[in-house]
Amino acid sequence: MFHKEKSIQLKNSASALYNNLSVLRIAPRRLTYFTVVHANVVNMVSTSWDGLNYSHRQLQSKEPNVATSTSLIMQAAFCALPSRDLLVVSSQKGIQMYESDGSIMVYWHALDTPEAPTAHAVFARGISAVSDNYICVGVSSGAVLVFDIPSKGSNITLSEVLEEHKEAITDIASECSGSQECLANLVTADDGGNMCVWKSGEEFQLLNKIPGLDITCSSVKLWKGTVLAGYGTGQIRLYEAVTGILHAEVNAHARWIYSLDIAPFSGLLLSAAEDSFVRVWHLAITPETNSVEIAHLHNECVTDTQICGAKFCDGDGYAFAVTGYDLSEIIRYVQS
Amino acid sequence: MSTRTLPLLFINLGGEMLYILDQRLRAQNIPADKAKKVMNDIITTMFNKKFLEELFKPQELYSKKALRTVFDRLAHASIMRLNQASMDKLYDLMTMAFKYQVLLCPRPKDILLVSFNHMDAIKDFVKDTPSILSQVDETYQQLIEMYTPLSNGEFQLIRQTLLIFFQDMHIRVSIFLKDKVQNSNGRFVLPTNGPVPRGTQIPGLIRIFSCSGEELTRLQFNNGGNYSSALREGSFEMFGNRITKLGTNMYSVSRPVETHMSGTSKSSAQHTKVNSAPNPLAKEELNLLARLMGGLEVQKPGSTDTGFRVNLFATDEEEEEALISRPNELSYGVISIQATKVINSSVHTNYFCREESVQYYILQHILWQPKNILSAIK
Repeated sequence: MFHKEKSIQLKNSASALYNNLSVLRIAPRRLTYFTVVHANVVNMVSTSWDGLNYSHRQLQSKEPNVATSTSLIMQAAFCALPSRDLLVVSSQKGIQMYESDGSIMVYWHALDTPEAPTAHAVFARGISAVSDNYICVGVSSGAVLVFDIPSKGSNITLSEVLEEHKEAITDIASECSGSQECLANLVTADDGGNMCVWKSGEEFQLLNKIPGLDITCSSVKLWKGTVLAGYGTGQIRLYEAVTGILHAEVNAHARWIYSLDIAPFSGLLLSAAEDSFVRVWHLAITPETNSVEIAHLHNECVTDTQICGAKFCDGDGYAFAVTGYDLSEIIRYVQS
Repeated sequence: MSTRTLPLLFINLGGEMLYILDQRLRAQNIPADKAKKVMNDIITTMFNKKFLEELFKPQELYSKKALRTVFDRLAHASIMRLNQASMDKLYDLMTMAFKYQVLLCPRPKDILLVSFNHMDAIKDFVKDTPSILSQVDETYQQLIEMYTPLSNGEFQLIRQTLLIFFQDMHIRVSIFLKDKVQNSNGRFVLPTNGPVPRGTQIPGLIRIFSCSGEELTRLQFNNGGNYSSALREGSFEMFGNRITKLGTNMYSVSRPVETHMSGTSKSSAQHTKVNSAPNPLAKEELNLLARLMGGLEVQKPGSTDTGFRVNLFATDEEEEEALISRPNELSYGVISIQATKVINSSVHTNYFCREESVQYYILQHILWQPKNILSAIK
């Protein structure tokens, strides 16, 4: 169903972090950007669709004005909004937002870090664009920061802080930007597996809480009103977002899941875990009849690698890319 | 990242070091009383009360350089001497062994079971010496107190922090190559068979539910591996069967300890480049060293009656050859320091480098100045 294509070499290897791969497709310029985090550096590769041109860039997590400290990056993700694309980098010290090619930093938000280290680590993790003009980033305290993004320029402001989670945020996902209207368009997940479902707006509204069973939800997606959640036990669960009804449960992996991705136009689901496997599934969801179907389509085993990132390269799921701990390449697969 | 990683890193690396030294002491036929003294001295220093107090405080992980310096000092806590090449090799083996254990842990919290395996073995080394035994027992209590309440998510953060520390290390270890747990490119074998972790189901089942919660359909899929049910839970208490073999002693007298230096890749050079970024914890690291050296009588290396040298290689010639041919990217850049007097808590004034004032100048600059200086240290 899928076959391996030529890998993209990276300047350094991927770190073992959840959702450690982000992809941005720029159709007008026939380019795709990839970002992979290595400790305190974000590796960016820009590839042309004809496969002939590659260019690399590295972004360091450096807070302005503090020249001597380093800070480990927890996640780097592209946020595609109708008016602009931004690259958001979340680290132990704060949140940086760049133009999507990594050329200019347009915004910096510092986290409240205590003077002396405390038993609970402080960091930002979980990034998603929401609706037309928001970007949400999670924090280790459980808070979710909502940033208001103007259509251009650097006048980005912190519009709201959502405080429902008690444990560190792991991942955030949304659907329905632009013209679509959805009841729920944001889901946030934490270390205890608890999930909150929201509706964005000037004031974000909490629609539902789905309790966890003390099992970390490391990766989450939202599609057709359904929450797709990947857990540390290797399970994938599908919940109806606003009601919390469990529609499906899959014993998908033998180890901790690190990444989930959905190709929204075809319903293909990608799951990747520490067990070296990437699996492709097909989802069929009919909200009107409340029916959910999930079928397994394909396995890829990346030998001797704990996978930390897996993303579709396009909305149909024609191709996907994978990163692994200690691997200095992005492995690509294309439908046969 | 996690501020609770250092104690686990230190105890597990220390445990591996003791396994290797124990094997070498036997292999070189060091008299039993001397060998025992070495093991006891090192373990006493490792579990020094003030030192552990410092270690268990919430803090970021130390740099590779600082940790290597700590183990350098620890290895010389007794009458045993190691040459540079042997110390390098010892550290390579220790770090690759613990990297392997961290990677292979089925669940992140199993790192605690690995730590208990090391602690159990250490306890066995000193079972005849009550004073040291009580230090070890106290450390068990501290580990249990600090780590058993942590959630799985917090353990995964600890594991991720450790994996960043071990990133890009692919030194080939003979014993791992022979046992086929490491490939010839230095990467560890991650099997797609064997028992699943506790709490995980064997992959293969899809269940669909109705809105009222009853199961509508069951589907099976091929998981591509060959998994079996989870083993029973290991003990997280002071005593008990840990179940996992990770962290137990894999060396015996007949199995030699060897590493292969060839096959250094571009990535290891890049890794040292990333590491040379300024470390704001340099001051805290030296604090730890102060505590460690404070609890330690510096043994004079000259005395031929009691002192002896341990070689991690088969012959002296091999050891010398290893030192010369060690690739630059893999040098640990140990800071050479000798404590003369501990005055007060302002650490940087207490150390006078064995080398000249140039290194002392550099040392001072680690604490206060920009990044370029650190990379000058070799």
